[in-house]
Amino acid sequence: MKPVSTIASPGVPLLIDNIDTDTIIPSREMRSTGRTGLAGGLFAPWRYTDADKRITDPSFVLNQRDAIGTRLLLGGKNFGCGSSREHAVWALAEFGIESIIAPSFAPIFKSNCIRNGLLPVELPEEVVRELQWAMVTIDLAAQTVAAKGKTWHFVIDEEAKAMLLEGLDAIDLTLKHRQAIAAWTETDRAARPWVYLEKRA
Amino acid sequence: MGRTLFDKIWDAHRVAETTGGAALIAIDRIFLHERTGAAALKSMAAAGRPVQDPARVFAVMDHIVDTRLGRGDQTLMPGGQAFITETREAALAAGITLFDVTDRDQGIVHVISPEQGIVLPGVTLVAPDSHTCTQGAFGALAWGIGSSEAEHAMATGVLRLARPGTMRVTFTGALPSGVTAKDMALALIARHGAGGGAGHVVEFAGEAVRCLDMEGRMTLCNMATEFAAMTGIIVPDAATFAYLAGRPYAPASFDAPYWSSLVSDPDARFDREIEIDASGLAPMVSWGTSPEQAIAIDARIPQGPPRVHEYIGLNAGQPIAGTPIDAAFIGSCTNSRLSDLRRAAALLKGKHIAPSIKKALVVPGSMAVKRAAEAEGLDQVFTAAGFEWRNSGCSLCFYAGGEGFEPGSRTISSTNRNFEGRQGPGIRTHIASPEVVAASALAGVIADPRKVLAS
Repeated sequence: MKPVSTIASPGVPLLIDNIDTDTIIPSREMRSTGRTGLAGGLFAPWRYTDADKRITDPSFVLNQRDAIGTRLLLGGKNFGCGSSREHAVWALAEFGIESIIAPSFAPIFKSNCIRNGLLPVELPEEVVRELQWAMVTIDLAAQTVAAKGKTWHFVIDEEAKAMLLEGLDAIDLTLKHRQAIAAWTETDRAARPWVYLEKRA
Repeated sequence: MGRTLFDKIWDAHRVAETTGGAALIAIDRIFLHERTGAAALKSMAAAGRPVQDPARVFAVMDHIVDTRLGRGDQTLMPGGQAFITETREAALAAGITLFDVTDRDQGIVHVISPEQGIVLPGVTLVAPDSHTCTQGAFGALAWGIGSSEAEHAMATGVLRLARPGTMRVTFTGALPSGVTAKDMALALIARHGAGGGAGHVVEFAGEAVRCLDMEGRMTLCNMATEFAAMTGIIVPDAATFAYLAGRPYAPASFDAPYWSSLVSDPDARFDREIEIDASGLAPMVSWGTSPEQAIAIDARIPQGPPRVHEYIGLNAGQPIAGTPIDAAFIGSCTNSRLSDLRRAAALLKGKHIAPSIKKALVVPGSMAVKRAAEAEGLDQVFTAAGFEWRNSGCSLCFYAGGEGFEPGSRTISSTNRNFEGRQGPGIRTHIASPEVVAASALAGVIADPRKVLAS
């Protein structure tokens, strides 16, 4: 995973509450079993007037000239609600989005972001609104968002921050605790033997 | 100070502390489905990471399988067959248990896991599916994750988690007749918002919750993700233990002392508390494009965002009842169990759906539910009433591209999501209980089941 440090980009506003992952990437746009080839389907219901023919809707914000090449999306409350499909994050990342600033995120989506090096930043609604089309600089190490000569602090879990900053693979990190996991399992197997299934023929 | 049920399960599964209050939490059960299973397993294989304990991992075929009778690997979703065959190959290679397309126990993950006794009180259970919270009904800590997290759980046996907050939602009083667990969930989300549970594990408590059967409890917990909660959970009791007794994967002898300890202590403190008077609830139906945009069936539509009114084609001030519908769907991990089908069939018996309904579909949650329903003759009731009777799967809870309702049509649906385009391009979805779906299909307009029951 690529480490995240600072991100500078205009803030492209999609200030709608409860944007769901079906809208970010509809089920019908998940056409292969892998993690790639998804950017074309990103926001398909809003981005195209005809998604099958890929006819773009010029009124959708990501199709506007000032949004081209953006790395930062501004969202509404409960961003990424709905289906747990990680394809929503893969599609955003493949499209070039490196951070989303919103008042709140749905929990699975937020976790999916962190696992894929996409920085979710939570700031109050009025701040998000102020960032519209502004040139925004996000500094993860300092936990700050700067724009229009102002700076705002944001909160992020220490663990998530460390993983994003260092581009760490969570599995490798966890496997360092192999012995602790094995010891826990041995104790637990004695305490709750009924949890442990044997592989059936 | 006392501990909540969540605290007890969390503490019992805490393997190690990591930074900033996060922990490694042991994961007892992992489910995969064909939509994301192949990607997760193939990615692990490519990284040379084995599934650490295949006996605790299960794969199901539910999301895009064909539900028409006589199905095989072909699916109506364009390119969908590869998801099925690749998941099967990867699951077999990894040595995990597979409920395959033609297996007699095939079904929707959150229906078959309880049915098979795989979910148990006090266990941790995850799946790359947001409605995994359904299984919290058994007093398990069960929640939806992404594909990367599924890989993590399979490769290490644990997940890295920041400790969530705790919230208790207490439903006092008794539910009126014709009002169900689905209505409780929709009322909660309508009052407190689709983001209302963010950052919390929600324990459902109170008289109305204790009086629900296990299937009603599953329906209630199913909607916890629509409330943005990490999951929902209900203290297990005699009904829970009775439901699980004798199920194929359940232990032959129950750990009664441990299971009985799985309660929130009387002096346990929750970070947030919400109380709802269940006796004042009515059947609910969604009017907009978020589950929070739901109202009592005898209420008028409130003013919402203009784009929502435009999409759904309904104005503020008009009553929701009487709105003409084109299609009806009974199914999904929310409301596709035997009791759901029984209650819908009771309304439909000896009647026929309105001629204006272009498509009406019943999709049982599992093949076992299907067999049980057929043994009672429910399939006959549905087909005589004009519904199609299908094999099990997620079906038209969402639109995967191959089968749907007519573009632009208005659907009454026992599912959990009314998002824009969720059931197909331009489809207007109204989510409600199976009773409301049945009554509306008969009337051809959104209708109050209490009036059908009274007549």
